[in-house]
Amino acid sequence: MSFVEYSETVQEGDVAIVYLGHESMMAVKVQKNGQTQTRYGAIRHSSDLIGKRYGSKVTCSKGGWVLVLHPTPELWTVNLPHRTQILYTTDIATITMMLELKPGAVVCESGTGSGSLSHAILRTIAPTGHLHTVEFHKQRALEVEQEFREHRVAHLVSVRNQDVCLDGFGVAGVADAVFLDIPNPWEAVGHAHSAMKRHGGRLCSFSPCIEQVQRTCEALAARGFHDLSTLEVLLRVHDVRTVGLPLPDFGPDRTPDPAQTPAPPPAPHASLSIKTTTPPRSMAGHTGYLTFKSPFDLRCFTLEE
Amino acid sequence: MAESIEEDDSAYIIKDGDYVVLKRGDIYKAVQIQIKKKVMFEKQWLFLEKAVGQLYSTSFEVVSGGHLEPQKAKTTESSTDAQEAGSDNRNIVDDGKSQKLTRDDIETLKEQGLKGQEIIQQLIDNSSTFRDKTEFSQQKYIKKKKKKYESTITVLRPSCRILAMMYHGREPGKICHLRYDTLAQMLTLGNIHAGGKVLVFETCAGLVLGAVMERMGGYGKVVQMYPGDGPVQAGLESFGFPPHFHDTLHTFPIGHVNALLAGTLDTGPPKELAAESSDASVPSKEGEEAGRTNADTGGDGGGEGEGKPEEVKMETPTPAEVEQNEREKLKAIRLQEKQDRMEAKRKKLAVAAALLEGKNADGLIIASRFHPSPVLLGLIKFLAPSRPFVVYSQYKEPLIECYTKLKENSNKEHCAVINLQLTDSWLRHYQVLPNRTHPVLQMSGGGGYLLSGTTVDMQYAKAASSQQAVEQPPAKKLKLTSSEG
Repeated sequence: MSFVEYSETVQEGDVAIVYLGHESMMAVKVQKNGQTQTRYGAIRHSSDLIGKRYGSKVTCSKGGWVLVLHPTPELWTVNLPHRTQILYTTDIATITMMLELKPGAVVCESGTGSGSLSHAILRTIAPTGHLHTVEFHKQRALEVEQEFREHRVAHLVSVRNQDVCLDGFGVAGVADAVFLDIPNPWEAVGHAHSAMKRHGGRLCSFSPCIEQVQRTCEALAARGFHDLSTLEVLLRVHDVRTVGLPLPDFGPDRTPDPAQTPAPPPAPHASLSIKTTTPPRSMAGHTGYLTFKSPFDLRCFTLEE
Repeated sequence: MAESIEEDDSAYIIKDGDYVVLKRGDIYKAVQIQIKKKVMFEKQWLFLEKAVGQLYSTSFEVVSGGHLEPQKAKTTESSTDAQEAGSDNRNIVDDGKSQKLTRDDIETLKEQGLKGQEIIQQLIDNSSTFRDKTEFSQQKYIKKKKKKYESTITVLRPSCRILAMMYHGREPGKICHLRYDTLAQMLTLGNIHAGGKVLVFETCAGLVLGAVMERMGGYGKVVQMYPGDGPVQAGLESFGFPPHFHDTLHTFPIGHVNALLAGTLDTGPPKELAAESSDASVPSKEGEEAGRTNADTGGDGGGEGEGKPEEVKMETPTPAEVEQNEREKLKAIRLQEKQDRMEAKRKKLAVAAALLEGKNADGLIIASRFHPSPVLLGLIKFLAPSRPFVVYSQYKEPLIECYTKLKENSNKEHCAVINLQLTDSWLRHYQVLPNRTHPVLQMSGGGGYLLSGTTVDMQYAKAASSQQAVEQPPAKKLKLTSSEG
């Protein structure tokens, strides 16, 4: 198991996702003689998990069963321990495409936070790319580093515990893409710039508040970066339902003709059943604004140098 | 350090033969750079050879004759800075008389070879209302005129982002109206990454296939499952992938899926091939050989093929016409070529079939104009358990049906799935300007729908008591291979 490569069976040391039921999953570190309690009973790692094929059923001690899934960045996003607010898959997908990430890309990211986006970046840039991620909170930096090791992606990432606004990314002229998710991105624009490859790269800044976007765009414009694009993306879920719609009864449609046999009266509770979708009662209506700088303007670089 | 950066340079330089994307404003066009070949972009004929040797993302001014001229460092937009401006628009009347230059005047200016910037200055100087406009309104006016009179073209390196935006903007019908952010969701939900084996079924001009290949970066294998006579990959070349990327691409016609699943797909030495050679009745050695190999494998069309060529051979020496010989030689060459092609095709099919047979693919991406339900149910069988799949449809209803069928199947414990989700994404762009930040007035009404989920194997628990059921799949596989040989 690795977050960047599938394997067929569960091995000791893997991080597996245990699926308990609809929207109920948990991440489990598979250890020899380890045990995990679920509402269906205990899962004994050595006998129930190790050697099992990913995607298969696992019987618990109380007789119930769960499914063991291969971890993916998307499953990790919904199962990771929250140390901060995290980015979810919809924004992550948009960021990945708009930053043009692909195998071999070098990416700078700050802050690391809980590592939700980091895992998705690592998946996409493996096996030859590299992620430089900067987190100013020491504990968080250490914890995420531990997770990268457990998920077998540590060779693809450098975690730095520093303040990106003061100290930058710790690298210069290497990045194909820079991602900022910090409270004051306008203070890191210069560092983002110097982390970029000389021939340019792409920049994305994520901010929940429009005022932050405003200040970031002003800071970028002041550096001569025009052609910015700010967007917002939301996921709309459609729950598939079968609903019954009662049909109205307007009574007989003409005066009864005594010559004809009376039409049979319509069923008293006639209704039509249809398959449709309903929106959830509430949904995430806002996550943040994504501001992108399209391929860095080379003339800006000559002005800078 | 400096050296390695210098070395990098060549990768950023536009070369002859490169596939690039031209950008003007929000309009994109994918073209190949070919010296001396002109391309039409935005009602303008262009020669792109001046772009060769320049860096990617360079902007060019289009000068007379449609040639490109690299743009100089950006002219600062201070020309109108210090000018006076009105405080509101109470005195501005739209009477069509504010601009003193006529259409013809502007055309004359253009013919005189004035650059966009100069024409705009002329327009401002000849506008009686410009000075009364508010500062914001003046900026908007300049921006609008720039779009019209400045023809700046940027040459970009193609990427899935740019091509998806290009297709969505220009020819959405060709990609089933798949919006770029929806494609982004597909690639992420499908966990597309380097390595592994991904199945793609698309009728989006090759955009989705190319996007998957870009994310796989030349590692692993892609099997394009295609409907009809041949795979559609028109948009694939626009990605400008290096040759080794194409080695990872395999194709398999969906018309053979049932045969493959039933174990009756014959990818061994050809039958039809021999039958065809006998039809042509050409006295070529190759024809005989084909007939013989066919007979060896016990093909049914073989008997005929064996006898005929010999008979024809007996006749040919008597008239001894050179011309006919020539013709026959040519025929033989053509036949040989055809056979080579058939043989190559057969081999390719065999390779693709072998990739599918294990039913252990790592991902499945579907985006087509076909009804998604039969497509998904037909192809999901090739996925290993615990792997994601994503289906795109322009319409929601067929995905509802798809969802329902998958749920029914899950109860039958046959290609079971979990985490089924029917979604679409909502995308809004913003204008961000000091004191003028607001959503862009126009937005896309919809980008299509996605059904995504994860495959699982429900068989185990049921068969937990009897080991046999677990042993079943390998036995089936054995049968498959024996019938093949």
